[in-house]
Amino acid sequence: MAKYSLKINGKTQQIDVDPSTPILWVLRDHLKMTGTKFGCGMAMCGACTIHLDGNATRSCVLPVSAIGKSAITTIEGLSETGKHPVQQAWLEHDVAQCGYCQSGQIMSASALLKSNPKPTDEDIDNAMSGNICRCGTYLRIKEAIKTAAKTSNAK
Amino acid sequence: MKNLQSHSRRDFLRSSALAGGGLMLSFSWFAEAKAAEKKPTLNNVEQWNELTAYIKITPDNTVKILCPNPEFGQNVMTSLPMIVAEELDVDWKNVVVEMSTHDNVKYGAQFTGGSNSVRMYWNPLRNAGATAREMLVEAAAQSWGVPASEITTKGGILAHSSGKSAKYGEMASKASSIPIPKNVKLKSPKDFSIVRNSKKNTEGLKVVTGKPLFGMDYHVDGMLIAMIQHPPAFGMKLKSFDASQALKMPGIKDIFSFKLYDDGFEQGGFDTRTSNEMIAIVGKSTWEVMNARKKIKAQWELTGDIKETMIGRGGKREVNIPGRLETTSDQLALMADYANGRNSAKPAQQYRKDGDPETAFKNAATVIERTYNAPFLAHNCMEPMNFFAHVSEDKALVAGPLQAPGWMEPTLAKILNLPADKIEIQMTRMGGGFGRRAYGQYVYEAARISQKLKAPIKLIYTREDDMTYGIYRPMYTATYRAALDANKNLIGFHIKGGGIPENPIHANRFPAGAIDNYLAEGWEIPSNITIGAFRAPRSNFNAAAEQSFLDEVAEAMGKDPIEFRLDLLKRAKENPVGKNNEYDADRYAGVLELLKEKSGWGKPENSGKKRGVAAYFCHASYAGHVVDMVMRDGQPYVEHVTSAIDCGVVVNPDAAINMIQGAVVDGIGNSFYGALTHKNGMAEQSNFHNYRMIRHNEAPKKIDVHFVQNDIDPTGLGEPPFPPVFGAVANALYKSTGKRYYNQPFLGEKNNS
Repeated sequence: MAKYSLKINGKTQQIDVDPSTPILWVLRDHLKMTGTKFGCGMAMCGACTIHLDGNATRSCVLPVSAIGKSAITTIEGLSETGKHPVQQAWLEHDVAQCGYCQSGQIMSASALLKSNPKPTDEDIDNAMSGNICRCGTYLRIKEAIKTAAKTSNAK
Repeated sequence: MKNLQSHSRRDFLRSSALAGGGLMLSFSWFAEAKAAEKKPTLNNVEQWNELTAYIKITPDNTVKILCPNPEFGQNVMTSLPMIVAEELDVDWKNVVVEMSTHDNVKYGAQFTGGSNSVRMYWNPLRNAGATAREMLVEAAAQSWGVPASEITTKGGILAHSSGKSAKYGEMASKASSIPIPKNVKLKSPKDFSIVRNSKKNTEGLKVVTGKPLFGMDYHVDGMLIAMIQHPPAFGMKLKSFDASQALKMPGIKDIFSFKLYDDGFEQGGFDTRTSNEMIAIVGKSTWEVMNARKKIKAQWELTGDIKETMIGRGGKREVNIPGRLETTSDQLALMADYANGRNSAKPAQQYRKDGDPETAFKNAATVIERTYNAPFLAHNCMEPMNFFAHVSEDKALVAGPLQAPGWMEPTLAKILNLPADKIEIQMTRMGGGFGRRAYGQYVYEAARISQKLKAPIKLIYTREDDMTYGIYRPMYTATYRAALDANKNLIGFHIKGGGIPENPIHANRFPAGAIDNYLAEGWEIPSNITIGAFRAPRSNFNAAAEQSFLDEVAEAMGKDPIEFRLDLLKRAKENPVGKNNEYDADRYAGVLELLKEKSGWGKPENSGKKRGVAAYFCHASYAGHVVDMVMRDGQPYVEHVTSAIDCGVVVNPDAAINMIQGAVVDGIGNSFYGALTHKNGMAEQSNFHNYRMIRHNEAPKKIDVHFVQNDIDPTGLGEPPFPPVFGAVANALYKSTGKRYYNQPFLGEKNNS
């Protein structure tokens, strides 16, 4: 076990866990932040996507010992009340079916728009193809990202 | 339902009769439900007045509508309350939706599957809304001293020509003491103002903000995490194990083996188990349990042949499950033996025969014969199987993702040795279902583990557990034959289909009824690989094989594929062959006509497109697609899809479009890539690195969805659009590559080469 001080959603959190523990399970089990989802455990589905210093990162294979001073943002920190333009666009397009993958989709999409405010379809394909949606909501995800790009750029 | 208490059963029957056979009205109409009702969660709401099992109205005019059915992404938490709100005549803005408790007496079957939710609740929920509305009207009539017939309602307001008006909330308390009216009047579909008008997902905000909606997110203080070590292969069982190393790992509370069912247990139809004895690993956190599990040294041995006792349709029966370790190539060889009636094959069973197919084929100028194969499929719900259980001496609480909790309850009662009314099941939102969560092995496992430890536990499957111990879509094969006379008329049709371990035959569906000489027969090969429902069971294979075959037959006859189907449907309508045809030829043809129009089928501007068409009937609905395919980087890519469906009244159109688009994406993905294969009983795919799922960049650019407009009571929606995707993709592949694709997955290695 080892003690870590993590910067999560702007707050500092102290935890005492095995250094190999993926940040996914630190969030879900130790901090009771369950918005970040477990899907595959091998970075193949994207359900566990968080931001590490603003970059989309799969938290299921990222050991807590590797975080260092990096800042973590989870779906809960994007906007607790759903005001982030990506969350708003998701609501506008009523993207979700079962909804399980959507935290990860939204985190991937918001990281994309941060680094690339006007993504082309191809940019969206490249950024989003690591996130599986079993219900098949990909078309709406793409439309929502385009809407979010417009509303973000308008601000 | 012997698990129901006797007094509940009596009341259930009384209220059923009252509702004319439906389950609209609750035995706990007022008093009992009030006692059970927790404090409302809204602010400033002191009093909910319950007007039926589904509706509660507060003095401030907030209307709470309970959704009786589990939600797995089909959006019933929006569509079912919309049906209530429509007849209740309230403003949708004032509606708050909540998942109901699990109570089959109060709320009916509470079953998500078979594209049934809207179908089975359409009338009961309309009646519930209309009943409550009439009670509110009656309360106002009594308060104002005017005849009820003179009172109108709109948007949650009661009004009288004298100028008197009141919000529902003001009359709710009085209305709750009005005797329940009989034979309430329902709206005419032309007056619908909520139904048929798209409403946003009532859970949307919770989803996009990552609220704990799912079983995987369930938590109570003191809860332990559990995992299961199943045998490594179908056909193997636990011999012994050594957990001494694993028990020393940090955070580990206990490791033990247990049996799911006691010897001689009579399994219900949804008690399917992948194995009966397994090792439970329980500890404080998921990561610790995952690590400890790797340190268990287990020995496994062959199960040998197994006899199981099943109860269900057709009564009690013994089922023999072969103990062999199965390998996909052997399975395919065995299926080929059965298809051709050679070696150890048992004879096929005849399901339907019209006319004289033998003579038709003997006299045919041309016989077309094609064989289609499809593999096992894993459901791969994004939320792996999991369940919470807290079992104590005299009661149990279980919570998690289940499509049919009521089917699990009797088995839970048996294995826990508790009365059913001491078991509370909470229905969490499901991260996908697709049929998988109609089978409750993981619930029973969680309950067994909690009972042993006398502690609250949450059982979690890893993705590998979920994929390698599945309740898969069966493996299927079918041989189709068509007999053409010298003038290229279709004079005979024969399907012989089978599978491991069930056959796919729907003997009374199209094109049965449209061909004079018709034969359908099937065979089955028992297996220890567990199977179950998968989005549109059997149809998802039939639509691929049959619709691809019809395309080939049309081509041989020199006919356009849509015109060919329409000709057959015309025959089925005007002069049907046989008596038991399940489909409505008019509705079927209507979908094809709509598809033809909306896709611009046969129009010069589309002549260069590589298009495939297919349509299919299942779950009482009719759906079809035109798929436009292009080659992209040397790979086939479905760029554009035109979809048409006749599912009667569409309650929530935008959500229905979402579901149909999803079905198209799902169908393309599974037809291109989906396969679960075995080697010596072990699943060869274990996670998404070797089980390929369709991804964002592979989804079509556009999927246009069109509904046949009619006032027919709603029929199925979640499943019907899925099966015909397979056929349309197969037919588009032929246009794109010049080659027919007979084996799924179409883009799998070694297939179709």
